[in-house]
Amino acid sequence: MSDIIDPRSVDRPNSYIGRSVPRPNAKYLVEGQGRYVDDIVLARMVHVAFLRSPHAHARLLAVDGTAALALPGVLRVFTGADLSPHCEPWVATLAHLKGMKSPPQRPLPLERATWVGEALAAVVADSRAAAEDALAHVRVDYEPLPAVVDMERALLAATPVIHAELGDNLCFQRVNETGEVEKAFARAHKIVASTFYSGRHTGLTIEPRAILADFNRASGRLTVYHSTQAPHMMQAVFAKHMRLSEGDVRVICGDVGGSYGIKVHVYPDEVAVAVIAKIMGRPVKFIADRLESFSSDIHARDHRIRARMAVDAAGHITAIDVDDLTGIGPYSVYPRTSAVEGNQVVNLVGGPYDFANLRARTTVVFQNKTPTCQYRAVGHPIATAVTEGLVDLAAEALGLDPVEFRRRNLMRDGSYPRTSPAGMKFEGLSHEASLTKLVGMMDYPALRSEQARLRSEGIYRGIGIASFIELTNPSPFMYGVGGARISAQDGCSVRIDPDGSVVAASGVTEQGQGTEAILRQIVAETVGVPIADVRIITGDTLITPYGGGTWACRGAGIGGEAALRAGLAVKEAALKVAGAMLQVGPDALDLVDGHIVERKSGLPRMPLAELARIVYFRGDTLPPDLPRELMQTRHFITKEYPFAFTNGVQASWLEVDVDSGIVRLLKHWCVEDCGRVINPLLVDEQVRGGIVQGLGAALYEHCLYSPEGQLLVGSMADYLVPMAAEMPDIEVGHVETPTKESLLGAKGAGEAGTAGAPAAVMNAINDALRPLGAKVFAQPFTPERILAALGKVPTRWPESDQSPLRTDAPANTGSLAHRAPAFLSRLLRRA
Amino acid sequence: MSTAVDICLTVNGERVSRRIEARRHLVDFLRLDLGLMGTRAGCEHGMCGACTVRVDGRIARGCLLLAAALDGAEVETIEGVSQSGEMRDLQDAFITRNACQCGYCTPGMLLTAADLLSVNPHPTRAQIREHLAGNYCRCTGYQAIVDAVEATAAGRNAKSEP
Repeated sequence: MSDIIDPRSVDRPNSYIGRSVPRPNAKYLVEGQGRYVDDIVLARMVHVAFLRSPHAHARLLAVDGTAALALPGVLRVFTGADLSPHCEPWVATLAHLKGMKSPPQRPLPLERATWVGEALAAVVADSRAAAEDALAHVRVDYEPLPAVVDMERALLAATPVIHAELGDNLCFQRVNETGEVEKAFARAHKIVASTFYSGRHTGLTIEPRAILADFNRASGRLTVYHSTQAPHMMQAVFAKHMRLSEGDVRVICGDVGGSYGIKVHVYPDEVAVAVIAKIMGRPVKFIADRLESFSSDIHARDHRIRARMAVDAAGHITAIDVDDLTGIGPYSVYPRTSAVEGNQVVNLVGGPYDFANLRARTTVVFQNKTPTCQYRAVGHPIATAVTEGLVDLAAEALGLDPVEFRRRNLMRDGSYPRTSPAGMKFEGLSHEASLTKLVGMMDYPALRSEQARLRSEGIYRGIGIASFIELTNPSPFMYGVGGARISAQDGCSVRIDPDGSVVAASGVTEQGQGTEAILRQIVAETVGVPIADVRIITGDTLITPYGGGTWACRGAGIGGEAALRAGLAVKEAALKVAGAMLQVGPDALDLVDGHIVERKSGLPRMPLAELARIVYFRGDTLPPDLPRELMQTRHFITKEYPFAFTNGVQASWLEVDVDSGIVRLLKHWCVEDCGRVINPLLVDEQVRGGIVQGLGAALYEHCLYSPEGQLLVGSMADYLVPMAAEMPDIEVGHVETPTKESLLGAKGAGEAGTAGAPAAVMNAINDALRPLGAKVFAQPFTPERILAALGKVPTRWPESDQSPLRTDAPANTGSLAHRAPAFLSRLLRRA
Repeated sequence: MSTAVDICLTVNGERVSRRIEARRHLVDFLRLDLGLMGTRAGCEHGMCGACTVRVDGRIARGCLLLAAALDGAEVETIEGVSQSGEMRDLQDAFITRNACQCGYCTPGMLLTAADLLSVNPHPTRAQIREHLAGNYCRCTGYQAIVDAVEATAAGRNAKSEP
């Protein structure tokens, strides 16, 4: 079996695994022929627009849609009370996150608005425009309530409690402690410490959240066209909370315009759409506009981390101690919960390094801001920034080169399997080989000389390095053990059709990563047919085997392995029929390039299409008891390790303009080890896209709030994202340490880039500023923050508050000018 | 709010006459009235570039133009330029280089890239990045797109040299 999937034998037949095969989906996408939810038009379809809260916290005294109903085109207005009888509320906690609490949440709230942007009422009309027009005529009487905005104050006695029934604003707390931390710090040769901030940001999928729900009263069935990552999870959620059987709910997910974790959650407004469809008995569409995206898509990474590291005189890390605080909004998000991000920080901090003593605490608090939840590389960029920030501080304190310090402290390549101080089990990682490869790719010594030469000319360039680990291929230990109906296993059905072509249906989903492309490669190779003869089906709960969808980098490792096993099983079934037809043992035959061949000589005996023709149309000519099962289904779940960890290391080379505070990214490198690479082209582009997402977090992206809890970013003009002109070229290299848990050996690759990029940029900025004695630890590293670190402008925000805005700044203005590096650098270039 | 306007224009080479609301944006006109779904709304503020189309030979944002202002205009969308084959090499380069992932930004990106190549057949990487700086792509990190545009320019130049 292993020769079938060994990519080192390049001349093997149908050798698609390991090759840069183009994506089949790209062909129609470049002609604009993708089919996203908003492209679907159904008969009698109506449109929803939501009235959203302008207050961070307010009591709803009255919601009245009478005036709106009088407008042309308007059909219905729904309030929380209208929808409540049709939908069970949900509580987003997981049993294995001990002590976690969150209040019940409904599609639309009954009594209070708890963040700016929360949907409060729904207007249904015959066009989206008519529905939006009517929003202005829905009357809501608010009684504004004091808002909890600053997460640092959320647990103080003087701070109002958002949900009185919970007793306080604490959602979850966990301390992960190993060894003797205090003793290690007492004995330390050097201690380094800092407070790190990760700026609250969001995913900004270019296709906004989109849902089209259709309820057929006659059949009692709900069909939901949904831009989602997890169709089966959504099927279970709609069924449970709308009191339908799972069999009566079908979720269809066609093309998705980007997800990055944003589209794997249950959004109250989307549940409201399904409930409205059920009430009205007709198709109901909701497409979020960009302002709605900013205020109601999940945010992420609103963290403050106090951290310190102890090192001995030999330059070895002896202890790490971190105290993480995160504000998650007024509700934990269903069903994955908003405690997982902080929990990941606790699990991942210090991850690449060999040390004994760890204390990591996370405190997760409620506040009146948009709810946060899992976003690409959940918790990883935070843990990596803290760890790598401390590592660079320690190297500096010891007078060691940052590469040398890492070499002394990284887990040795030959030391696996092993368990980290945080309790993470590693099957096999390659930190040393990856660092060696990175240093070679970037020509580290030459870069250091160039840096030194330019410093003498008053040009401040920096090199930042960040090693990281990434959690992929999750087992039920992630969500299932906590009680969530989120599948960690995944299935694939592969069938041979009468013309010899192959169709595979998989429970994992495609959002542009190339899931369908790699499944096609795997199936073509394992069955033994030309890749052009393989079609892939994903994203339909009625058709595909049950599965978890695509998140936490499980598509290739879990979905790919299920496809591999199903492909091999179909081949075996076909050879059994072929053996009977050709009067030889099945072992003497093989299936190569769509032909039954003699295994030893390679001599073709029969086209697969001929075999399929006999099976489907002339089964009478085969022995009566011969199995002719040309469709096989296999499922896969990881069993030995809770997660398949990957590792890698990134480097950033950048220049800081010490007069303007603007950072110019010059080059970025990444070496990552995702095990078996199925398609190098797709993996590299996953890494690059992930890195750029991390660069956005590091330099530009920030969901800013006023002290009253007003969201200050509502468009792409004031929430900056990485655009082509600011981004560097990125060089990607690989080390391959396949997992032995599967035949395929693949681990995930989609989040590695995002995990390491912010840390690399932070370390590079601080490296550039080193001669000037300045350091930054609060993301995003805006020009203002860099100039403040240089002492050139006053620090205008308290260290406890992530918002760099003055408290007297009026809402919705003034945030652009002093934090617009993208626009500014473009202007400067033109000047 | 719902003043009707009659317009007559050319879309992808075909004459189109419609009575539309005065407030109808071009992107909504193309999608909702003509069923041309390849032009996509991303931000509706002119920032993301997903709705980029060609109007009278120049690229424009479908979310910032009112269809009512386009009486007599010539509009080309991704469907039209795909049909004519005028940027087949660029589209092929996007496929080969995996320069599109989710595909939502891709039509706008292609029209913008083709616009650059029509005025500058020898763009540097920096010029390509600059020209594409108004088109948001969250998936690729842009490098594959820059590579694809660069490769297309090289291919055209190799062909045009004697």
